[in-house]
Amino acid sequence: MVEQIIEKLKIAELKGRGGAAYPTWMKWNLVKEAHGEKKYVICNASEGEPGVFKDKYILEHYPEEVINGMQLAMETVGAEEAYVFLNKEYFELFGDRLKKIIGHLNIKLFKKQGGYLSGEETTLINELEWKRPEPRLKPPYPVTSGLFNYPTLVNNVETFYCASKIAKDEYKKTRFYSISGDTENARVFELPEDWPIKKILEETKNWPQTEFFVQVDGGASGKIFLSDELECLAQGNGALIIYDLTKTDLKVLMKKWAEFFVKNNCDKCVPCREGAFRLREMLEKDAWNNEVAEEIFFAMEQTAFCPLGKSIPGPFKTLLEKIWKTKK
Amino acid sequence: MENKKITIIIDGQKIETEEGKAILQIAKENGIYIPSLCSHPDLEVKATCRVCVVEVKGKDCLFTSCTMKAEEGMEIITDSPKIKRARKANLELIISQHREECGDCIYGLGCELKEMAEKYEADYKKFEDRRKDFPVYQFGPSLIFDSSKCINCRNCVEVCDKQGVGFLDLEEKDNIWEVIPSKDPKKDCIYCGQCLVHCPVGAFEAVGEYENVSEFLNKKEKDEIIIVQFAPAVRVAIGEEFGMEPGENCTEKISAGLKQLGVDYVFDVCVGADFTTMAEVEECVQCIVENKNLPVLTSCCPAWVKYVEFYEPDFIKNLTTARSPHIILGGVLKTYWANQQKINPKKIKVISIMPCVAKKYEIQRKELEIDGMKPVDEVLTTRELAFLFKKNGIDLKKIIGIPCDNPFGDPSGAGVIYGASGGVLESAIRTAYKKVTGKDLEGLNFEAVRGMAGIKRAEVDMGIRKVKIAVCNGVGNAKKILDEVKKDPEAYQYIEVMACPGGCIGGGGQPVPNTPEIRAKRAKGLYSIDVKKDIRKAEENLTIQKVYKEFFADKEVYEKICYTKFSPKNKENNY
Repeated sequence: MVEQIIEKLKIAELKGRGGAAYPTWMKWNLVKEAHGEKKYVICNASEGEPGVFKDKYILEHYPEEVINGMQLAMETVGAEEAYVFLNKEYFELFGDRLKKIIGHLNIKLFKKQGGYLSGEETTLINELEWKRPEPRLKPPYPVTSGLFNYPTLVNNVETFYCASKIAKDEYKKTRFYSISGDTENARVFELPEDWPIKKILEETKNWPQTEFFVQVDGGASGKIFLSDELECLAQGNGALIIYDLTKTDLKVLMKKWAEFFVKNNCDKCVPCREGAFRLREMLEKDAWNNEVAEEIFFAMEQTAFCPLGKSIPGPFKTLLEKIWKTKK
Repeated sequence: MENKKITIIIDGQKIETEEGKAILQIAKENGIYIPSLCSHPDLEVKATCRVCVVEVKGKDCLFTSCTMKAEEGMEIITDSPKIKRARKANLELIISQHREECGDCIYGLGCELKEMAEKYEADYKKFEDRRKDFPVYQFGPSLIFDSSKCINCRNCVEVCDKQGVGFLDLEEKDNIWEVIPSKDPKKDCIYCGQCLVHCPVGAFEAVGEYENVSEFLNKKEKDEIIIVQFAPAVRVAIGEEFGMEPGENCTEKISAGLKQLGVDYVFDVCVGADFTTMAEVEECVQCIVENKNLPVLTSCCPAWVKYVEFYEPDFIKNLTTARSPHIILGGVLKTYWANQQKINPKKIKVISIMPCVAKKYEIQRKELEIDGMKPVDEVLTTRELAFLFKKNGIDLKKIIGIPCDNPFGDPSGAGVIYGASGGVLESAIRTAYKKVTGKDLEGLNFEAVRGMAGIKRAEVDMGIRKVKIAVCNGVGNAKKILDEVKKDPEAYQYIEVMACPGGCIGGGGQPVPNTPEIRAKRAKGLYSIDVKKDIRKAEENLTIQKVYKEFFADKEVYEKICYTKFSPKNKENNY
């Protein structure tokens, strides 16, 4: 069984559903092969970016599958201990139910203290060790040296759900999409993972009648796509946020993003801390300067410490390039 | 274990190095310039400033050279239009955090941030200073933290933690984590000043540095006598401010410079160290013979004393009550010497030049007063004296030295090595060994307690018993040794603690930069002075013998001038 599951994950081509889309079988295999007196499995349920709420849906409807997926992972990699790392809201909502399902298994619940950034796995591990919630230097990667420096498998809620389905041969290559924004039919949908965004919006009755654009993969770090660019797949965390082009104030939207990053980044490195602050400042003072912003974006993309910092320019650049310039 | 030898290429130059070593370090060792701010050899790699970015051939994005580890065949480019652009962008973000006050900064003309900003043509006016209204904190009479100059590199927070103090903390202010003094009632500053020497941008300075330095030499009244005494560690570091090598002996140059400034007498704190050795050994031998209050802990480092009084009050009884060198010498000057010279001691102003900012705290201790007089009136740091010299056009490199004044200008070699970690203990052992066994310690050098290791352990057979000793190089190591003692009270009988790495030579009042390499050179400078001395034990110093004979025969006077007491401390720095 244990040998089979990694093979099954490989055949199913399952990739992490937290956003980074790393092949799940490889991650499990790395932790399995890693040497350590102890090993840990962690379920990342810290979902915290605006517009991303599919893990909440899964925890509400399929908590048994998630725990089952974790148990499989523990057996597979040889971990005796596991944690479900929940954001405060999910801890309150699902804590009791999860405890009942966990029963005698050695899986503990952990209530997240930090912000959005603890979605990043080394930040999450720091938090579990009661250290400051900020990313660690990589390498070493958690698969060889994670929680308390032991090999650690960190996967997203949906990834464990899928692993459980795959083990039971019930996996149908679907994924969960969080759809929100200027639309009537906003909620979570489970749909085939090979459907392009256009088809998803049409089939779920979320294709707006007015001019619109979509932010793909999260309401802060997701990139902007125009209505004629939606033949592609949503492969990160499956979040689609719809904006009515006629009603959306672009400056207000950018300010919201900047505000989110200033509040939720860890402030460790210069481009992310100071860069996000200056972006917000320009928007607050109504003194947006594209040249200045471009240099900040460059510094963030090229030199930020962690993937969050590197991802900040994405939404701004795509919005400016595709909509701002043409509108002006 | 030696790492595998590999070859890498930096800017076209083939370099043999070890696998896994950081590119930044390799570049430095090979004289290749890569700008960096947050990297410090004493600290962990935090990689917060993002200025040291380089290109790795075959890879798309930039990498910080402080975190990038060398691999066989790796090709590094340290300068390119892309690198320039990224460095410029990050430097502009950094300088707009930092409020410039270049005329009054411990980095003076050696400011790396300014050099980088100029090299990469960073625009100082691109953004408004983010922290221009940020507060200035003062920690006791010792340290200033001007948070409007901080660049959030967190070196100070790390070094404060490493010292086992944890007084500097992070707090969220307007959504940004900023460095602040801790509000925790169980955490307080011990004034070691390691934050100061590890800050790359001069956000910390000593109290009064440099606004008030000139005042000290102003005579209030015509008949005031100004005496300046300077500590061992000052002589091997001050030269750095004038382009000399670390470790170069500037004893006589300092004396000459001070005379040019109009100081009446210049004495050597190393003679005070000989007094401290005498007093400490007397107490220590008694404790060992009577098996009382062991282990004895040295107490000449005021930051360590504050640490014990605040964090480990149960160990107060173990601190030797012998006063620190400059305090004893100050006391002798205002009593014995004043009497001999027929000078009213109230007219004497004693100024100590110290490698230390905690000494500014020490001289305020009420219990040190002698007949209502402070033994030492002012403390200036090594940096402050260098500033004073420069301001008055005195170039230490060029000045012709003159010896210090008599009778307190000629110390034993033991008094000189006080400035290096292990030196206090070595001086005491030389004297104690002779006192107890009647013989000289073989060769007089006590290598086991020298060097830059964090903890040094040794055993000396004193005849009456074997004495186990430990030297804590940096107060962070003291906690480990005290924990050992808590478990096994017999673990050690005599422990030296210096709060700063390397001892006083790495003190918070010393020139910056302050790196392991520089500290090793400063220490070497002190030991080479010791070796050249004819007299290398405190009790053989003729001045000491004379004062003991003429003045300290009166036990009450002796106690008053040479010993003190300590008491538990509450938090002094509340914000």
